[in-house]
Amino acid sequence: MIGEMTLFDVLAAAAALTLAMATPYLYAALGEVFAQRSGVLNLGVEGIMLMGAFSAIYAVSDKGLNAGPVAGLLIAVGVGALMGLLAAVINVTFQAQQGISGIGITLLGLGMSTVLFKALVGGVITVQGIGQVYVPLLSDLPVVGPIFFRQNALVYGAFILVPISVWVLNRTGWGLKVRAVGQNPKAADAMGVNVARVRYQTVILGGMLAGVAGASLSIALTPVFQENMTEGRGFIAVALVYFGAWSPWRVMLGALLFSAANNLQIWAQILDVRVAGAPIPPNLLIMVPYVLTILVLVFARQRQRIEPAALTKPFERGEN
Amino acid sequence: MNTARKWLGGDPLAAFAPITAVLLALALGAVLLLVLGKNPIDAYASMVDGAFGSDTRLLNTITRAIPLLLVAVGICIAFRGGVINIGAEGQLFVGAISATAVAVAFGDTLPPLIAPLIALLAGLAGGTIWGIIPGFLKARFAVNEILSTVMMNEIAVQLLFFLLSGPMIDPREIELGTRIPQSAPLPEATWLARLLPPSRLHTGVFIALVMAVVVYLLLWRTPVGYRIRAVGQNRDASRYAGISVPFYVTLALALSGALAGLAGAVEVTGLTHRMVEGFGVGLGFSGIVVALFGRLHPIGAVPSAFLFGALLTGAERMQRALQVPSATMTVLQGLVVLFVVSSEVWVRRRAARRAAQLAAATQHADEVVVFEPSPAGK
Repeated sequence: MIGEMTLFDVLAAAAALTLAMATPYLYAALGEVFAQRSGVLNLGVEGIMLMGAFSAIYAVSDKGLNAGPVAGLLIAVGVGALMGLLAAVINVTFQAQQGISGIGITLLGLGMSTVLFKALVGGVITVQGIGQVYVPLLSDLPVVGPIFFRQNALVYGAFILVPISVWVLNRTGWGLKVRAVGQNPKAADAMGVNVARVRYQTVILGGMLAGVAGASLSIALTPVFQENMTEGRGFIAVALVYFGAWSPWRVMLGALLFSAANNLQIWAQILDVRVAGAPIPPNLLIMVPYVLTILVLVFARQRQRIEPAALTKPFERGEN
Repeated sequence: MNTARKWLGGDPLAAFAPITAVLLALALGAVLLLVLGKNPIDAYASMVDGAFGSDTRLLNTITRAIPLLLVAVGICIAFRGGVINIGAEGQLFVGAISATAVAVAFGDTLPPLIAPLIALLAGLAGGTIWGIIPGFLKARFAVNEILSTVMMNEIAVQLLFFLLSGPMIDPREIELGTRIPQSAPLPEATWLARLLPPSRLHTGVFIALVMAVVVYLLLWRTPVGYRIRAVGQNRDASRYAGISVPFYVTLALALSGALAGLAGAVEVTGLTHRMVEGFGVGLGFSGIVVALFGRLHPIGAVPSAFLFGALLTGAERMQRALQVPSATMTVLQGLVVLFVVSSEVWVRRRAARRAAQLAAATQHADEVVVFEPSPAGK
């Protein structure tokens, strides 16, 4: 399988893949950081990602709208924003129990994306997705070039979004409002901050980023769509926010860790890992990220102290 | 009357909320059908026909409700205990695969009545283990149970594929070289009896109904149930009252998992008689919707399970008759959940308003306890 490539080349390729596969986690989890920092646990990310994944590929496919990849991405962002708006109405205005409402949104997104896919497209489609962008000069560097600078545009976007998120949260007036609303909504309200409006903004932003996360799966990483193609990645993204203690940098580390775990199957094949002479059954390797998520949550329990104080708690003006 | 009122959460509006939720969901579903170019009236008519169109169809609808009811009754325990168990799907798989393993291994050697019983107990045990893990992790390490149970679902799916394509594959599949991932058929001794052939209704229906009553009695007539609900309402107050919160959190999830596992075992011994790829997919999530729709009450779950059994059987008919994707049901379920959780706020506000009126009337504001129909949860 390796052919004429050296082991070194293979490892570089695997590292590049790990970076790339971290993208959906990163977009979804960074969006969720904003929502949770403002006090809303949006567990519907999985469903929003699926809708983003479908709408992007439908926009790009010649069986669909036959639009360009940028238009496809924008449509996914728009659909994500709509789903985010729905989540905000339910969680903020109707003050629904956030754990359960997220399951509703997930079922809705799973069902809708499947129905639309079957009704509008029918079978498997592949598209000419978002291509690789070779960064001038840097992509020619040895080792570093192939790993970091020959990725698709969404990969660069995801990693650039990390410092931007940090800056927005910690250095802008809006970021301050988000944190205030998540820590002490009553005090923020007394200071004249419109708690509901800020929460709407963060949840819609989270929805848009979840839409991008879905699009990154369907039109950038693996340019196909299939039913339930996110396979729990949206839920893992929510877990990453706990793991990353609501800090974008640490969320990024988590995304890389999970991406690596996702690729274990590929790694095991490349390195020809055998246990007692037989290759490890693929299903057991696919399990690893999920087991890892649970372990990570066990070790993230100290995080509770820094959890946004108003997380999952609806706010009603005039309550005392 | 009194019991009925209590069941409704002390407010008749509370009973209308879920019904309105289903009607609204069906209305939005009609819009979706129109967008897909299908006539919604034809579609819903074919659903009704598929679910109730003949005696056999009606009985098959009831058969479909059996696992939904068992899962939902388990979900009632968890949610009442303040634990949001999203893991019924995985618990059901593990229950079914445990029952299958035991039935295939020992089914022929056991006496006729004992054989299904042992298989069901194996399913119960499997589901319990799959529930106790997230329960313990929540109690001991404060691991968010929503996330851990979702992960346990994914792990169960992979475990199932692994077992069905390897250790538990039907030996005939290897002989024939087809290697379809499915288990050996269960020995006939372990099957639950069919009640009214040609329908597929089996004795599992009694197991499900008995469990609904048992769980009702457990939750509202025993100290253990009282403590589970107390922990669900207010963890801190329960702790001060000397209740071991970690124990009851774990117990609620373990019992919830046990019933989902039992649902899987009943499904395999009563209906499919072997484990195949795609077995029981979606039953766990539907069971959660059934429980919410039944206002998290085990007896309320009975009509609720029947309704969703009808929706699921009807949706299959609709798919065949009109080529409407059966995932439409997933959309409807999602909408029902969203409408139900969104309507809680009105019920709550009304309760608060009534309490305030009562307080104003009696001048003893501090003695009024506002009834809270939904579990405290997180």
